[in-house]
Amino acid sequence: MATAIDELVALPARQVARRERLRLLWHSPTFLLGLVVVAFWVLCALVGRLLVPHDPYLPDLLSRLKPPSAAHWFGTDDIGRDVFSRVIVGARGILTVAPLATLLGTVAGTSIGLVAGYFRGIVDEVLMRVVDAFLAVPVVITGMLGLVALGPSTATLILVIGFVFTPLIARTVRAAVLAEREMEYVQAGRLRKENALYMMFVEILPNVLGPVLVEFTVRLGYAIFATATLSFLGFGIQPPAADWGLNLHDQYIYLTGGLWWPVLFPALAIATLVVGVNLLADGLAQVYER
Amino acid sequence: MMDSSKASNAGIARSVPPASVGEVRDSVLEVDDFRLAFQVRGRDRNAIRGVSFSVGRNDSYGLVGESGCGKSTVALAIVKYLPRNAHIQSGAIRVNGADVFQMGNAELRRLRATTVSMVYQNPGAALNPAIRVGDQVAETFRVSGSHRAEALARARAMLVKVQISDPDGVMRRYPHQLSGGMQQRVVIAMALAHNPALLILDEPTTGLDATVEAEVLDLIVALRKEFGISILLISHNLGLVARMCRRIGVLYAGRLVEEGSSDAVLSDPRHPYTVGLLRAVPRWGTSKSHGLLDTIPGLPPAIGANIPGCVFADRCGLVQDICQQQEPQLFELDGGRTSRCFFHEKAHLLPTVEAGPKIASRAMAVGAPLVRVEHLSKTFRQDGHPVKGVVDVSLSIRPGEALGLVGESGSGKTTLARVLLGLTPPDAGATIDIEGKALRPQISDRPDDQIRALQMVFQNPGGSLNRRHSVRRIIGRALTRLIGLAGRAREQRILELAQSVRLDRALLDLWPVQLSGGLKQRVAIARAFAGEPRLVIADEPTSALDVSVQAAILNLLVKLQADKGVTYLFISHDLGVVRYLSDRIAVLYLGRLMEVGDAETVFQGPHHPYTEALLSAAPILKGETRERIRLHGEIPNASAPPSGCVFHTRCPRFIGDICVKEEPPLAEQEPGHFIRCHHPIEELRRMQRPAPAPATVPGEPSR
Repeated sequence: MATAIDELVALPARQVARRERLRLLWHSPTFLLGLVVVAFWVLCALVGRLLVPHDPYLPDLLSRLKPPSAAHWFGTDDIGRDVFSRVIVGARGILTVAPLATLLGTVAGTSIGLVAGYFRGIVDEVLMRVVDAFLAVPVVITGMLGLVALGPSTATLILVIGFVFTPLIARTVRAAVLAEREMEYVQAGRLRKENALYMMFVEILPNVLGPVLVEFTVRLGYAIFATATLSFLGFGIQPPAADWGLNLHDQYIYLTGGLWWPVLFPALAIATLVVGVNLLADGLAQVYER
Repeated sequence: MMDSSKASNAGIARSVPPASVGEVRDSVLEVDDFRLAFQVRGRDRNAIRGVSFSVGRNDSYGLVGESGCGKSTVALAIVKYLPRNAHIQSGAIRVNGADVFQMGNAELRRLRATTVSMVYQNPGAALNPAIRVGDQVAETFRVSGSHRAEALARARAMLVKVQISDPDGVMRRYPHQLSGGMQQRVVIAMALAHNPALLILDEPTTGLDATVEAEVLDLIVALRKEFGISILLISHNLGLVARMCRRIGVLYAGRLVEEGSSDAVLSDPRHPYTVGLLRAVPRWGTSKSHGLLDTIPGLPPAIGANIPGCVFADRCGLVQDICQQQEPQLFELDGGRTSRCFFHEKAHLLPTVEAGPKIASRAMAVGAPLVRVEHLSKTFRQDGHPVKGVVDVSLSIRPGEALGLVGESGSGKTTLARVLLGLTPPDAGATIDIEGKALRPQISDRPDDQIRALQMVFQNPGGSLNRRHSVRRIIGRALTRLIGLAGRAREQRILELAQSVRLDRALLDLWPVQLSGGLKQRVAIARAFAGEPRLVIADEPTSALDVSVQAAILNLLVKLQADKGVTYLFISHDLGVVRYLSDRIAVLYLGRLMEVGDAETVFQGPHHPYTEALLSAAPILKGETRERIRLHGEIPNASAPPSGCVFHTRCPRFIGDICVKEEPPLAEQEPGHFIRCHHPIEELRRMQRPAPAPATVPGEPSR
């Protein structure tokens, strides 16, 4: 038979979706700006100790609360520590807690979302009502209660923030799974009598990774904010760490005296990191949710 | 074209040859050497490579082509509704003599509002779901300055014109409360509101059932006469275009390759592409026993491909050196026809691709059935009310046969398939046997050999393959699960399966997004055959594919059946396709079997009045004349089926009280031919003239 070619020609491989996404990301100013900001803070978290001009933990009682100068670019705090050095080094704590907490929340939330969306019916009802109940309580209150119960430490902070974010992520993933479940490849799996774990994690999960990734970055922004908030309230990262939220907690009483520098610079650091992560999230969302 | 007065007269009318082919009158639309490219990353990618045609006043013109050939781009260019990266390279489009590309925004708006109207494929998306139908239609009058009351009155009059039986009721409803056919009527009413000079219909009936499609097409013909508008009809369906249009143009890879009166083009095509396209469609009444369908090898050129010669050269069986080097000019032929082929005089000599042996059916008429279904019903609950999806179906499927299942959407075809597969349990009291052993209602309770025995090929190959798994993984997983293969044995079997569906082994490492629709469907078929199934259920396996690809897939299914002796349950709304593939046919209406019999017998008649109507609604190629029967109205709601014979509300052979009060039994009227009707078979035979013998395929080389 001289027919064998038929339509046996693959479309050009350049149409592969993944490469197209990377190209779009690389051409997205939003994503690139976010990447630069976040990369800067990650660098500070990794090697900040080597970059700073002063020891961020060494008090100098002779130069307390000095305004910004050539020696101390961001001034000094109430016990004479260099604010600039403390801001640079302070990235480490928050950039440890927030991503790990978000990762924990994403893994747990994705699993719950997959189970609820895949089984539907009574399983879905029960899981989603529990999720709704948690969503009704403010994040910070739940976080504080958890931290008080478990005792503040970096590990419990990660655990508590991860736990608080789980319901939100579960809801997003469930919605994606419900749409994906209607696809015929899921039925094809049932016709092979695949078990539920295989269907959820091998067949469906790879197809909802896009929304999961977007949700991860969005939540990361909130996690940074939550970490800073809890530290500011004294429930988060503990002294003597150079954490930004903790610094705000220690220094904000001096604001009334017009001493703004020990507060402004850590606050700006939080703001830039949150904005940077949100820019990343927006860039990803534009590419994945077109 | 059909005379509307005759049609409404008795519900039955003879199809009449089209009005005499007159000189082209002054034209409403002129497309003159139109060329367009899309700019992608700074480069021009050619999409339309030279299209010229004109549509006369009160004329009908059809544009035919497969997906990606540029049909819709041409349609959108007529109202200059193009994406931002479209770049018009040359040519002009004139509507009533005015060049569309030279118009300012205000002129364009006026053109779109009053002169040219468009009707798209999906009427559900064309209507605003949040606005009542009446207000929506009235809005088109309000923008031209009518007051609210006046606009509503005119809207109502318009709905009457498009033959909506209860215009006041429909005006109060929201679009989602209407069926697809009704929605399309509303869209047509809005399109005709300002009495446009040109109506563009882009696949207007593609999502509709054949019976509804036939009604909508009749309506368009009648309205064209009444309003004196010109029509540009765009479709992939040659039969439909031929029936609706006086002239047709065949578009391929952005170039108009052939043009002429629809009779001439269909009966005597002068371009090898048209010849190939016509041969790929299963002709009315042909079956696999007449031989394999012909296909067009290869794929159309990609958008942006640089083609110095003829666009069809790479796939053409008549190709010569000159075709690759030089673009053929438009040859003017007799009878106002044109063809872009150097060898238009011998286009009909295009060699056949699939010159395979005739396929003998392996169905065994006697002996135990493979699958036996008895008293199968399936009731769904909808808002607390029972809705009967399938009602008391008893059926046997013989080993090695292909059983075709036909019926309108909502007739229970897919539900029946899902019950057999164990995806939905039937109501209590049903028995389903496979090879004499009871089949458990839930797939989770079925033993492995029953899982292997039943597999499925889905309608949409894009959705049935996991887009994150490679082709090798998709086929390999089925082998692992169904027959427990691993390692080298599995790899060996993957290669064999790929071979049997004619899938090149280099494609095994690709992902579904990288494959065309036809290739994806081959992967899905390979997967279905992985566990050596006994029964393969194919639910509309070719309806998402182009005609030439459909032919290749149907051939593959036929060959696989001949090689492996598998049994098919084949679901399709396309009767030509069902006739081609099936040995026997079962007709479902509102979940009830209306007729079962050999394919030949069911098609030849006498048949159930419903089957008769389905057959009559199918678009056919010219040269085949049949009586037309129209079913009026929609398929009734399954939650409140009509009394007596469920078909009595729409039956063209309605007798009287007996049909309303008493449900006829599914009686064996001839050996092996069951019909559920109060008419005795002799009466049906008398009323239904036999269908004509299969027409000869045009362009068939004389051997």
